[in-house]
Amino acid sequence: MFRYILRRLLQMVLAFFGTTLIVYALMFAGQGDPIQALAGERPVTEAQRAYLTEKYHLDATGVGGFFYRYFDYVRSLLQGDLGQSLTGRQIGDILQAAWPVTLKLALIALAVAIIFGVTAGVVAGIRRASIFDNSTLVLTLLVLGIPTIVLAPLAQYLLGVKWQLFPPTAGSQPTFYALLLPGIVLGSLSLATALRLTRTSVAENLRADYVRTARSKGLVKRRIVTVHVLRNSLIPVVTFLGVELGNLMSGAIITEGVFNIPGVGFNLFRGIRTEDGPLVVGIVSVLVVVYLVSNLVVDVLYAVLDPRIRYE
Amino acid sequence: MTVEPTPASPTPEGGHLLELRDLHVEFRTNEGVARVINGVSYHLDAGETLAVLGESGSGKSVTAQAIMGILDTPPAFVRSGQILYRGQDLLTSSEEQRRQVRGKEIAMIFQDALSALNPVFPVGWQVGETLRQRSGMSRGDARRRAVELMDLVKIPGAAKRIGDYPHQFSGGMRQRVMIAMALALDPKVLIADEPTTALDVTVQAQIMDLLADLRRDLNMAMILITHDLGVVAGVADRIAVMYAGRIVEHADVRSLYKAPAHPYTKGLLESIPRMDVRGQELSTIKGLPPNLMRIPSGCPFHPRCPYVQQVCVDVVPHNLVLGDGRTSACHFAQEVRDDSAR
Repeated sequence: MFRYILRRLLQMVLAFFGTTLIVYALMFAGQGDPIQALAGERPVTEAQRAYLTEKYHLDATGVGGFFYRYFDYVRSLLQGDLGQSLTGRQIGDILQAAWPVTLKLALIALAVAIIFGVTAGVVAGIRRASIFDNSTLVLTLLVLGIPTIVLAPLAQYLLGVKWQLFPPTAGSQPTFYALLLPGIVLGSLSLATALRLTRTSVAENLRADYVRTARSKGLVKRRIVTVHVLRNSLIPVVTFLGVELGNLMSGAIITEGVFNIPGVGFNLFRGIRTEDGPLVVGIVSVLVVVYLVSNLVVDVLYAVLDPRIRYE
Repeated sequence: MTVEPTPASPTPEGGHLLELRDLHVEFRTNEGVARVINGVSYHLDAGETLAVLGESGSGKSVTAQAIMGILDTPPAFVRSGQILYRGQDLLTSSEEQRRQVRGKEIAMIFQDALSALNPVFPVGWQVGETLRQRSGMSRGDARRRAVELMDLVKIPGAAKRIGDYPHQFSGGMRQRVMIAMALALDPKVLIADEPTTALDVTVQAQIMDLLADLRRDLNMAMILITHDLGVVAGVADRIAVMYAGRIVEHADVRSLYKAPAHPYTKGLLESIPRMDVRGQELSTIKGLPPNLMRIPSGCPFHPRCPYVQQVCVDVVPHNLVLGDGRTSACHFAQEVRDDSAR
C-alpha cells in the first residue's frame, strides 16, 4: 500500500507538469500581443513596453522562449508564488478568498446528495418496482436531463425571486443560508447519480448469495439489510461521492455564475472571459493538484472499504 | 390427491424428524409459470444421511431452500404441501418461528463458498455473528467459540486466520468455514447443497469425509444434495433421485446401486465410467432435461426413456412400492429392476 501511494505521488508529479504545460500553452498561444492585453485599451509607451518585455522575458521567441517562460512560471509556482493576475491582484490572495466559499458550496451539495440521494436509493433498491422506486427513477431522469444552465436560473427565479424563500444571489460574503439554494441546485445532479447508483447496488446485493447465507443463519431482516447488504452496496457509492467531492471542489462555473457566488468557478470564468492568462493558468494548476489528490484519496479509500482490493 | 407414503424406512415413534409431504413449488416469471417442484415427499430421521440426487434443474436445491424458507418470493411460490419438522408444519409457521428454526434446528451449506460468504467481513466475524445474534454471546465469547468451530472443521491455524477474509482462503478451506458457520448453533439437521461441486477432486473427498465425520460425531441428520453419484455411495444411507421436480426413485444406497428400479437412475449409473471394463463406450442418457414450463405429459421422463410405451405418454406413474421398501415412479419398475439385477 505504501509503495502504491508513493508511485501514485510520483505519477502525480508527471501529470501536474503535463497539464500545466498544456494549459499554459493553450492560454498564451492564442494571444496576439500580451502587453497590449495587459494594458487593455490604453496606449503603451516604449519605456513601459521595454520594462514589461524584460519582466516577462518576452524577448525570447519561438519554442525556446515559450519553454523559458513556462519553466520560469513553474519555478515560482513551486515556491508557492502563483503570480499576479492581469488586474494586479495576487492570484494566491484571490484563491484564498474564493476557496472557502467553493468548499462550503461543495459540502452543502455533497450533504444534499448523501442525505437525500443515498437514503432514497437504499429505499428504492429494497422496494424495487414499487411506486416509490418508479417515481424516483422518473424524477432523477428529469434532473439528469435538465442542464444546470436551465435548472439554476429556474430555481433562482421560482424560489428566490417569485416565492422569496431563499436569497436570489449570494453576494461577496455569502452566508450559509445564501449558499443553501445554490448548494441544492449543484447537488441535485450528484443526488440523482448517487440515488441511481445506490439503488442498483442495493438491488444487486440483495440478490447476492451471501444474503441467502445470512438468511439461513436465521438473522433478522433488518440486520441482513443494514449490515450485510449496505456494507457491500455502499462501496461504489462512497467511491463515487469521493470523486464527486473532488469535482465540486474545483468550483461550479455555471452555478456560481448564476447565483453570483465569488468562488473558484466564478473567478475562473472571469479569467477566461477577460483573457486573464496568469489567473486561468494559476487556478487550473491548483485545480489539477486538488483533483489528483482527491482521486488518490478515493483509490486508497476504495481499498480500505473493499478488502479484496490490493494495491501492489 | 393422496399423499404417497415414503416407505424406504419405517416411521419411528413420534414421527420423522423432518418430513416433506407432497410439496409443490412454482416459479412465476414473465415468460410463464415453471413448475419446479411437483409433489415431492421425503423424510429424514435423526442421525441418518439422505442423498438427494438429480441433474441441474431437477429441483433438488429448490426443495432444500423451501425447507429453509429462503426461497426468493417472488418468483418462487410454495403452492401446496407440508414441511413437517418435529411434527410442526413449517409452511404454516410464522416468519419469526421459521427464523428460529434456521441455523439452530436446520442449517445449510451452499455450493460456492466464495459467493456464499460475505466478501467484506472477516471469516471469524461471520462465524461469530451467528453466535452473537442468535445466542446473545459477547464479542469475546463468540470469537473464542468461532476459533473452536474452525478447529473442529480442521482449518489449520484457526486462531490466526479468523481475521482473514474469504478471498484469502483456498476453495476447500472456504467450504470448511461455511461448515463451521453452519455448525455454530448445533443444528439437528444439516442440509449440504452440492458442497463439493466447486472443488478439486482431491479436496472433494476431504470435505465429504469431514462432513461424514461431523455428522456422526455431532449426531446430526444430513440431507446431501448432489449430482455426483460417486460422492453419494460412501456417505448416504438412502437416496432419493429427482427428475423434473419429482422423486422418481427412493431406496437405500446398497440396493439402489445394485439394481436401480427406474430407467433414469439406471441411465445415470450406466453413465459412470468403469475402471474394470476396457474399451467400452460410455453410455449417456439421450435428450435434454425437460423445460419446466412445458413438462411432458404422463411420465416426464418418457421422451428420453428406453422403456417407453404408450401408457407412459398418457398416464402419470405413481410411486410403485417395491418389495423391500423401495419406491419407483415408473410403470415398468419391476421390469427395470429385474433387468438391472441381471
